[in-house]
Amino acid sequence: MKLIKNADGTSKKISDQNLLLTITIAVFLLMYICAVVFLGSGFLKPQTFFNILNENAALIILSCGMSLVMITGGIDISVGMLTALVCMSCAVNLDYNGGNVLTSILIALGIGAAFGLVQGYLIAYLEIQPFIVTLAGMFFAKGMTTIVNATQFNVANEEFQALKSTRITVPGMGSYNKLGNYVPAYVEIGVIVALIVVAALFAVLRWTKLGRGFYAIGGNSQSANMLGINVKRTKFLAYLLCGILAGIGGFVYFLHVGSGSPSHASGAEMNAIASSIIGGTMLSGGSGNIFGTFFGVLSLSTIKNIVSSLGLDDAWWTNITVAAMICLFLVVQSVVLSRKNKAKA
Amino acid sequence: MQEEVVLRLEGICKEFPGVKALQDVEFTLRKGEIHALMGENGAGKSTLIKVLTGVYQKDGGNIFLSGKPVAIRSTQDAQNAGISTVYQEITLCPNLSVAENMFIGRTKSIFTNWKKMNEEAKKLLGSLDIPAKPNQQLGSCSIAVQQMVAIARAVDMDCKVLILDEPTSSLDEQEVEKLFKLMLDLKKRGVGIIFVTHFLDQVYAVCDKITVLRDGRFEGEYDAAELPKVELVSKMLGKDLNALSDMEKPAAVSDEENGGAPVFEASGLESTAGIAPFDFNIRKGEVNGFTGLLGSGRSESVRAIYGADKVLGGTVKMDGREVKIKKPLDAMKLGISYLPEDRKRDGIVGDLSVKENIILALQVMKGMFHPISRADAAKFADEYIKLLEIKTASPDTPIKSLSGGNQQKVILARWLLANPVYLILDEPTRGIDVGTKLEIQKLVLKLASEGRSVTFISSEIDEMLNVCSRLIVMRDRKAVGELSGSDLNQNKIMETIAGGEKVHENA
Amino acid sequence: MKTLEKPVQQHQKPTGKDGGSFIKSLVRNQIFIPIAALLILVIFNLVADPSFFAITLSQNSAGYPILSGNLINILDNASELVILAIGMTLVTSASGGQDISVGAAIALSGSVVLRVLCGTESRPETLQAPIIVAFLVCCLVAMIFGAFNGALVAYFKIQPMVATLILFTAGRSIAAWINNNELPIISEASFGYFGNFIPGIPVPTPIFIAVLCMIIIALVLRFTKLGLFTQSVGINSESSRLNGINPEFIKFITYVILGLCVAIAGFIKVSRFSTINYSVVAKDIEMDAILAVALGGNALSGGKFNMAASVLGAYVIQFLTTTLFKFNVISSALPAYKAVVVIILVVLSAPIVRDKIAAVRKKLSAPRTAVKEANR
Repeated sequence: MKLIKNADGTSKKISDQNLLLTITIAVFLLMYICAVVFLGSGFLKPQTFFNILNENAALIILSCGMSLVMITGGIDISVGMLTALVCMSCAVNLDYNGGNVLTSILIALGIGAAFGLVQGYLIAYLEIQPFIVTLAGMFFAKGMTTIVNATQFNVANEEFQALKSTRITVPGMGSYNKLGNYVPAYVEIGVIVALIVVAALFAVLRWTKLGRGFYAIGGNSQSANMLGINVKRTKFLAYLLCGILAGIGGFVYFLHVGSGSPSHASGAEMNAIASSIIGGTMLSGGSGNIFGTFFGVLSLSTIKNIVSSLGLDDAWWTNITVAAMICLFLVVQSVVLSRKNKAKA
Repeated sequence: MQEEVVLRLEGICKEFPGVKALQDVEFTLRKGEIHALMGENGAGKSTLIKVLTGVYQKDGGNIFLSGKPVAIRSTQDAQNAGISTVYQEITLCPNLSVAENMFIGRTKSIFTNWKKMNEEAKKLLGSLDIPAKPNQQLGSCSIAVQQMVAIARAVDMDCKVLILDEPTSSLDEQEVEKLFKLMLDLKKRGVGIIFVTHFLDQVYAVCDKITVLRDGRFEGEYDAAELPKVELVSKMLGKDLNALSDMEKPAAVSDEENGGAPVFEASGLESTAGIAPFDFNIRKGEVNGFTGLLGSGRSESVRAIYGADKVLGGTVKMDGREVKIKKPLDAMKLGISYLPEDRKRDGIVGDLSVKENIILALQVMKGMFHPISRADAAKFADEYIKLLEIKTASPDTPIKSLSGGNQQKVILARWLLANPVYLILDEPTRGIDVGTKLEIQKLVLKLASEGRSVTFISSEIDEMLNVCSRLIVMRDRKAVGELSGSDLNQNKIMETIAGGEKVHENA
Repeated sequence: MKTLEKPVQQHQKPTGKDGGSFIKSLVRNQIFIPIAALLILVIFNLVADPSFFAITLSQNSAGYPILSGNLINILDNASELVILAIGMTLVTSASGGQDISVGAAIALSGSVVLRVLCGTESRPETLQAPIIVAFLVCCLVAMIFGAFNGALVAYFKIQPMVATLILFTAGRSIAAWINNNELPIISEASFGYFGNFIPGIPVPTPIFIAVLCMIIIALVLRFTKLGLFTQSVGINSESSRLNGINPEFIKFITYVILGLCVAIAGFIKVSRFSTINYSVVAKDIEMDAILAVALGGNALSGGKFNMAASVLGAYVIQFLTTTLFKFNVISSALPAYKAVVVIILVVLSAPIVRDKIAAVRKKLSAPRTAVKEANR
């Protein structure tokens, strides 16, 4: 309950959510300071930070969707493969079927919405476990990607390339290169989209009936029902939104990599879950914060950057470090929360 | 005065597979009336309430609100029609703030205005004298406060009909008083209140009318003032209740053993649940009890004895020998059994069958690698189902589909099968109908006469007086007195509980 | 909606011993779901191509008789899955969650086998250690990793899927690290017996290993109360604690048992090809194992379980895979078809859908029952 100002200012307790968010931001800052200290001042350049954003715009969007369903107490593990499917479909549309960027965006949204609709219906109205439904969704997207096109290829469409290479300059954040020339700092279009998504979703979760409904059904869905919330519809909308966000995230990913491949975004669902968790969203539902998720993504990718900058370039090492990081984080969270609970009791 | 009827139910029927839960039930609620809905467990009270609130769909009959027939298909329909319900179990979201819990699901606008909501909540909480802050997370409030927030929500919804489904089970006396004040206040405003409770005294304290259900049928509607308590009980049970006066305390047994050494003895016992270190002992064949207000630490005391909470200090002796009880299994192996207060949370294993629930404790004591044979398990189950008259379709029925009283009997059976020397019963009669209550009390006395020791806890002092020969009185998580013999009477207990200081719940 | 006491239809008293009652009780039984799925698959294959079921006895290159055919393939290839499904069922029951790291853990335990048998050489002429030692070390390592998962879940109270996400992410990397990112190959022929054929026996060895595992778990469930304790913990862990069960330990031990299952499956995997590729071996097998449990009608949220149904579920999934292969579905597109089948199955077995179907059936048969009642 972060932004509620205490009317009388007496309560000094910070809520669980607030605590987790604080930890997340602290960890991110710590990570970043570590990066600066050990890896030199390269990390001090704003562009390094913007590159992290550029690289992870899609993941931020996917993680937002993931946090959303996690807040309702569910999970959606189809988002990674859905991203691959969106990339491939858009790529085929652009290069083989002579489509344009607009139709590609529509395709991306359509695929996301279709997955969201079906998965949401099965989970909310037929009350099938979300894990199993989205697992099937993941398999389906995975298979469909190779059915659409089995091999990787780069998109040549000019309109798309123009969009892909569009750079939005961030004023005042540039730096001088070795030759002394000013290099402006930039972000890609995807980052803007991601930031809009974060802001919009934050607003939805904070100030709309629907958003509060997500928290309510995550806290106790039976109670939420008694309180007059349409639990089924709310749950359905959560998965629909998550699907649409996966569609948007998929297109942003596509815009970043500019190719279609069955191996795109593999494991993205796990990264999204990890980011949400690091960001303080509980898998058990009812608590979570979109800003936390945002910082969760940044923390995760900062760690990855540190590992690869250390020269341990093997993908193996990245994986092991990320896993160790998740492990550490989970244990810290678990210990902190259980301490807090004990203190309360 | 001839009051205006706000709610009328006619010929309500509801059938579950194999059970006719409601048959041709009628009910009338007038404006500004507090109407008690009484009946044994399984009489159909809960089902009727759930039909009325849209949780269940009725199979037949009509519901009229202010004379007009209405269809209630969902909880939302009920809310829109002006029927609000406060349940025994908190039906709020613990992760949301108090204010949100009061207003969520009610506003038409798709946006949440936090400032306005918090202000309104503050006003309402203030007017009802509820000690909670609007922006406090609900989960951090005590259960009693959560209950009151639920009532505040219902009150604010301009309801014509307010249903209170056993709201007092988790409240202490002062909170009950507050609630009654609230109810009378609402009554003045013209709200019709349906009050479901097991506490007879409370019915007579506030109710105007009483409707009694029995076995899913309508038994009758009475004026509270004209129906003596004994008659009410007999209407609920459908028989004359001489049994009530039959109860004789086995004074002989406890007197006889008075000089004997204690079976169980504890000194300076202390646990993580935050009770002051206490001394305690019980002799063979004795029934004693912990009494005190809700939250006074009576449950925590017995949990410490059983090792259910982490024990921090103190010494424990069984039959004069010093023993260590660190976890429930230690206690069980020493012959101590514990029937927990919260049956649903701590007692039953819902999806397992009645049979498996009965043998569970014995099986655990035997260990994982020495299974009770199927034949033995069946035999034990049949024996105890018969002995305790547990009403179940078969021993293989999942326990969760039994009524509350029968679930409790299954848990009792579990501990009897474990053949304890010392049995702790924490609120064994909570939420159970009068008939079964009596059975359990009788059983306790029988166990004592067999030479077992029993510690009995109940919120109802009458009940404690019926069975216990010695009472330890708790206040503010401290043992403040011990009563036995001629001191065992209602007044003396009240005096000790009140004990000069002002008593309040320690949330 | 769990705590709402839904009237459970199963416990209606049987109303007569007419012919329908057996089928009715079968339909209500949990194991009906995998059986029905299996029947559908069998019928589908019978209609499409009866030769699918042909089993032939032929000789392999070494001159020993071997059985071949789709059915044998299914039984053979399902072995690892079946073994995993056993452990996964217990884990699901006790902790109400699933271990998604089993695929990675198989790579890991396989890597350990290779490391022990090959030492640091990539193609040793002779084995560096006896096979049994390799197997035991592999079991030990897999159980330690199982214990790691178990400790996170049981003692740190982290949701199982999240806790096992750690090994899921790191497992294959650790596997590569164990062998310095090399892929040693075992040339010893006798090592291949466990994953292929023992000379002279025409049935693939993994089938025997799987059956052996089933027998062991059946004996364990019969002669210990592991089943009762896991279910009890899964349904109500606080009640279980007050009844003297140590819920943390039970949860922990199920993960260790799953670790053992993983070791056996990993050992078979290595034996099949005499080597493994860390990044692709047993890829997605965790999904199949979870599906097997779900297909067996076990609630993925824990509690009651039916081991036989899980095992059957595993075979059904392999049957489905093989069937799809027969229809020339390329392996990377396979998941799409599997997903469709899985969705159909879970939709049909969803309680809500079943209730609706039952209601429709009741309506249709209502007049008949009325007549019966009248005749009584």
